Amino acid sequence: MTAKDEIKKSFLASIWFMFLTFPLMVIKVNTVTDTVEWRWHNMVLVGIGAFFLSMLWRYLLKRQADGSKKEKKEGPGIIQRLLQKKELTLPGIIIIGCFTLLFPHIFSMYQTNIMISALIYVMLGLGLNIVIGLAGLLDLGYVAFFAVGAYSYALLNLHYGVVFWIALPLGGLLAALFGIILGYPVLRLRGDYLAIVTLGFGEIIRLVLENWNEFSFGPSGIANIPKPGLPGTDLSLQGSTIFIFYIIVALVIFTIFVINRLENSRIGRAWIALKDDEIACQSMGINKAKTKLRAFALGATWAGMGGVVFAAKTTFINPASFTIWESVIILCTVVLGGMGSIAGVISGALLLILLPEYLRDFGQFRMITFGAVLVLMMVFRPGGMIENVRKTYKFEKN
Amino acid sequence: MDFEYFAQLFLGGLTRGSIYALIALGYTMVYGIIELINFAHGEIYMIGAFTGLIIASVFTMLGFPTLAVVVLAGMAAIVYSCAYGFTMEKIAYKPLRNAPRLSALISAIGMSLFLQNYVLLAQTSDFLPFPSLIPDFEFWEPYAHILTSPELVIIITTVVVMILLTFLIKFTQIGKAMRATSQDKMMAALLGINVDRVISVTFIVGSATAAIGGILIASHIGQINFYMGFIAGIKAFVAAVLGGIGSIPGAVLGALVLGWTESFFTGYISSDYEDVFAFLFLVVILIFRPSGILGRAETKKV
Repeated sequence: MTAKDEIKKSFLASIWFMFLTFPLMVIKVNTVTDTVEWRWHNMVLVGIGAFFLSMLWRYLLKRQADGSKKEKKEGPGIIQRLLQKKELTLPGIIIIGCFTLLFPHIFSMYQTNIMISALIYVMLGLGLNIVIGLAGLLDLGYVAFFAVGAYSYALLNLHYGVVFWIALPLGGLLAALFGIILGYPVLRLRGDYLAIVTLGFGEIIRLVLENWNEFSFGPSGIANIPKPGLPGTDLSLQGSTIFIFYIIVALVIFTIFVINRLENSRIGRAWIALKDDEIACQSMGINKAKTKLRAFALGATWAGMGGVVFAAKTTFINPASFTIWESVIILCTVVLGGMGSIAGVISGALLLILLPEYLRDFGQFRMITFGAVLVLMMVFRPGGMIENVRKTYKFEKN
Repeated sequence: MDFEYFAQLFLGGLTRGSIYALIALGYTMVYGIIELINFAHGEIYMIGAFTGLIIASVFTMLGFPTLAVVVLAGMAAIVYSCAYGFTMEKIAYKPLRNAPRLSALISAIGMSLFLQNYVLLAQTSDFLPFPSLIPDFEFWEPYAHILTSPELVIIITTVVVMILLTFLIKFTQIGKAMRATSQDKMMAALLGINVDRVISVTFIVGSATAAIGGILIASHIGQINFYMGFIAGIKAFVAAVLGGIGSIPGAVLGALVLGWTESFFTGYISSDYEDVFAFLFLVVILIFRPSGILGRAETKKV
């Protein structure tokens, strides 16, 4: 195609988008004072933006089409190859380990707090990765399990004075129980129905928490949730924040360890096989229902524990922290990072949570960017930033 | 039991169900053809309502007569919703036609998030008061306490749209092409049907009915905001699944059943848990009859 055609096409796209965005971007009515504000500059911006973006869009689509023709013989990318190098593993772990250990002492309290939230999301992302990345079940109500964990710590503490260390496994167990309760009836459903039912389940939990005042104190939430303490010591505010930081780091390491082990275990392989072909999998003697239930329960456990840490960190929870969009953000971290890949999910979560924190002015564009990221990732790079490398076996004749 | 109260709830449920039906049609048609849950469909409905409001306000301020304003705003809402539906398909779904279904669904969620926040940023996060475009009829006064005239207009419009849609699908050439495509895409393409075009038309038709629903509900309830599409979309999806997704009469039936159950539930039991109830209903239906009321069970050949 010639450059002239390209320009013509982009020009048409730009006209189309100017038409498309005209009423919403240009006109702004004030229905109270009955005045109209015309924002023509937006139209110019949309026109110019659409012109160049449509060029880029077509270029990328074309490149992708060429790429798939050439067949993927290139093998794993740079990051995967780095991850696979055994001799780099130990120094890598030492560097990252030192950095995380020193983090709260180098940076301010504010930074540490942000890092704690990011690490909670890492944990949630890794948990959701079990359900989506490994077992291939799209769970849009994942935040419900997070809520179960947070509320179980808050309520158990309020009524029975249960301390953090007991609430942590208990929150995980309760979330797993909820995972089984939800998973059991919906296992028969096909992928996209499952997504909607889990979404419905997430909303049910939130709406119940919002409306059942006697149980959950409604929209006003629960305040004064104690931070975890070390037996025998009295921690200052700064000390307890650092303490929570180390707890969440330990939990993340534990999560990575468990998921790494799970991936290559019998269950993990059953999940991956089930994701690829249910019928073939069943004919190989894998119990579909049990395997899926395990994925749901195990995924929920991490969300539950993450919820307990979240409640302890913020010391205040209310249903507004557990909306469907929270689930979508977690989904976004998994998709962006790379479904099924541990390193991918971690970097995805850190990127998505830390970036908006440091680009404060960018804050209002956060959600719109997430939406665009989901679409663009699916169109151009469905495997995510760090694509999961499946184990392959080669038969070599000796 | 008070009969008048019952009648009021019944007709209220019918109105509600009609709106759900208008949105559910878009879901079910798209699903019937490309097996995709168009998560962003509720957003199209919201954009329809917003466009309607903006155009209506502008023309009212310019001093146009009410009838002209209604017609112009309605037309604009339909045209723009169709344009958005068409563009959305080209950007977010067409490149993923041969990708796994999970990818297309995630893309749809992204699109929904994007459109919602686009309206939020371009317009406002507040509730906007929506002018009641549907006039009250004088002759209807004696019955107004049971069924208001806007409600009557909603029901009649829905019936008319349904009839037109049935006609489109049963008797026109494009309708025939749609049915063929939904049965077997490959075979339809071999027989000279432009599948891409059929899919675009499906999105456009679905968006048009959603826009009609959007204007009607907005002028009935009297306020809109950027978030209205989400819950309405979910409920319409529940309705579509309830009736058997992919089946057009099923979507209407499912929408009416959902409208009535919600209306009676809130009328006789409690209004706090209205949305919870819709979701529970969905879960229960899917457990006991996963293919819906009018849907056929799918058998998969290996």
